[in-house]
Amino acid sequence: MKMKFVLATAAALMAAAPAMAELTFTSLSYRTGPYAANGIPFADGYADYFTLLNERDGGISGEKIDLVECETGYNTEKGVECYESTKGSGALVYQPLSTGITYQLIPKATADSIPVHSMGYGRTSAKNGKVFHNIFNYPTNYWDGASLAITHLADLNDGSLEGKKIALVYHNSAYGKEPIRTLEELGKKHGYELTLLPVDHPGQEQKSQWLQIRREKPDYVIMWGWGVMNPVAIQEAVNIRFPMENFIGVWWSASENDVRPAGAAANGYKAVTFHNFGMDYPLFEDLNKYVVEAGKAAGAGDQIGTALYDRGMYAAMLAAEAAKTAQEMHGTKTLTPAQMRDGMENLEITEAKMAALGLPGFGPEFKVSCENHGGNGFGAVAQWDAAKDEWNLITDYFQSDQEVIAPLIEEDSAAFAAENNITPGCN
Amino acid sequence: MPEQFYWGLEAAFNGLMTGVLYALVALGFVLIYKASGIFNYAQGVMALFAAMTLVGIMEGQVPFSHLINATFGTEVHHFGWHLPAVLGILLTVGVMILFAWVVQKVVFKHLIGQEPIILFMATIGLAYFMEGLGDLMWGSDIKTLKVGLPQGTNMWLDETTYRLFGYGFFINNLDIVATVIAIALVAALVMFSQYTKQGRAMRAVADDHQAALSVGINLNFIWVLVWSLAGFVALVAGVMWGASSGVQFSLSLIALKALPVLMLGGFTSIPGAIVGGLIIGVGEKLFEFIVGPMVGGATENWFAYVLALIFLVFRPQGLFGDKIIERV
Repeated sequence: MKMKFVLATAAALMAAAPAMAELTFTSLSYRTGPYAANGIPFADGYADYFTLLNERDGGISGEKIDLVECETGYNTEKGVECYESTKGSGALVYQPLSTGITYQLIPKATADSIPVHSMGYGRTSAKNGKVFHNIFNYPTNYWDGASLAITHLADLNDGSLEGKKIALVYHNSAYGKEPIRTLEELGKKHGYELTLLPVDHPGQEQKSQWLQIRREKPDYVIMWGWGVMNPVAIQEAVNIRFPMENFIGVWWSASENDVRPAGAAANGYKAVTFHNFGMDYPLFEDLNKYVVEAGKAAGAGDQIGTALYDRGMYAAMLAAEAAKTAQEMHGTKTLTPAQMRDGMENLEITEAKMAALGLPGFGPEFKVSCENHGGNGFGAVAQWDAAKDEWNLITDYFQSDQEVIAPLIEEDSAAFAAENNITPGCN
Repeated sequence: MPEQFYWGLEAAFNGLMTGVLYALVALGFVLIYKASGIFNYAQGVMALFAAMTLVGIMEGQVPFSHLINATFGTEVHHFGWHLPAVLGILLTVGVMILFAWVVQKVVFKHLIGQEPIILFMATIGLAYFMEGLGDLMWGSDIKTLKVGLPQGTNMWLDETTYRLFGYGFFINNLDIVATVIAIALVAALVMFSQYTKQGRAMRAVADDHQAALSVGINLNFIWVLVWSLAGFVALVAGVMWGASSGVQFSLSLIALKALPVLMLGGFTSIPGAIVGGLIIGVGEKLFEFIVGPMVGGATENWFAYVLALIFLVFRPQGLFGDKIIERV
């Protein structure tokens, strides 16, 4: 009798339980800790896009999406714990939002055959899909970012940076050190002199670095910062009266959080980017209707349209499009991580596709392949308009210097392959 | 004079100014440790909390608005006012006094007589609680502090030194203001502890709790007073640091900058906090200027601790700390 009761209860509970979502995405977010101010808008954008697909379209090709969010605090150990605790949920792809976490997940995710999308961060040479089978970093990577900045500066100087002095102010971490090699190689080609100025975590105190900049008077300063390091650097640049139009950051140094504390003085600060900004896209009408007004917005719902929210939303859009590609390739609506990987490897983003999604001109066109997991290296330069409180693209999308970057990627990925006994190739 | 000399001098001056900011944070630690023997791990978070509260009050932000809206389905965010800085500061001081009273009433009153390590652990718990509370009350976004503090190159100094030496020295106006405020703050603290009844009682408690109790001093009141003063110092530190970086979570990490200052200056001395701050500030800036380029830079964080450790080897109680006397 007791057994019957237990079985009946279990059956009733199973019947009452909601239908299991078929497509599971993970968000390794950081809504707490020193980098929360940047982690929150990205996580909100990532979540809201999936919510929109669920509410408006019933998911992806009719399959509901389940977003599993895990708090990392931008801490590598916690990020790995998050991966271990969520990988059993059927997670199709990981977006770690941290270079440190990405580095740790590369061997783990490869062993588990789960794809990782480190969009615009992580290990740059993961662009070589023949070595990094499960790691993707499209549409643009750090070395592209460094090259885009240099190309832009060269354009401002009639194509020549000969004899110019460029300083790199960088977060003294794996992330911040990523562009150094590329900038050194580009220096040989363009003839500029590079000064390296590391800033220790978290970057609250940078007086020494900016005194050095004041003394050495570089023509341009490039910044590879994150978190509080960015607004402090911009304020210090204002303090020493460094011209803002000669100060250019990578996309992770290009949020409203970075420029607003310096007020009007931050006007003219530049950043390289791989996507556009703002809310002036048809997609936002749907977001407003199906997510915001329905009270389903992630977090406090107050980040919509900020630079990092847009980036999170863009990352989710790329994940959803890869899932659609995988569904079409394999003729199934439900997916395994291996099928998702195939979808990512065959993803093609065209202007027509972005326009159909309600994001015309939002990002560059690119095509992923086994040989190229990182896109075509296209990006643009944005500039902060303090009066209007907005970022504006001041260039079209242009390509990074593949002549310099491609050999570096080949070299670094070959070293990784040798260290890890990987035979490069396409399956 | 060679250019290098001027650059070194400029680095040293800026180190002095930075040292003042370190000392401001260290002061809060010293006040509480001196009066109650508690090493307050939460001092950095108090600076963050105070600065967030100041911005929230000035901008008319509704505290706990996210929680309220999520619970009741409302859409309240702002009261609709923008208060002047002075009024905002006064109200924030009120909040910090209330916080001190609650901390004493809820936590430390029940821990009287416990081992120092227990009290220390309690402050760790308090720090994490306050981090969460601050986030819940005011949100995690970076807030801009608009209290009218000047920033940027001091033009007078720049032009004068250029005329005299052919090189214009850089000093940030904010640092000059911070120095003036720090001097005023220390003078006020010294006056308070020397010339007021409560100040003398505070010193008596710092010297000997039991003896202070035996002459009728209300220990609870004194500790509330001390935590309130530490809260006020935290507010000043939060405003000074937050003016350049915006008010955000990393403000709580400035406590890490105060630790070498305390190791060097001693945990029980207000002048020690000041002198320790100045030595650390100048030392790290000069080291970065001279040695930094040879070792790839970013030396300041670790050099401050190396400097403090060297002092510890020769004088464990710090420069101005109470002499350690062991009686058998």
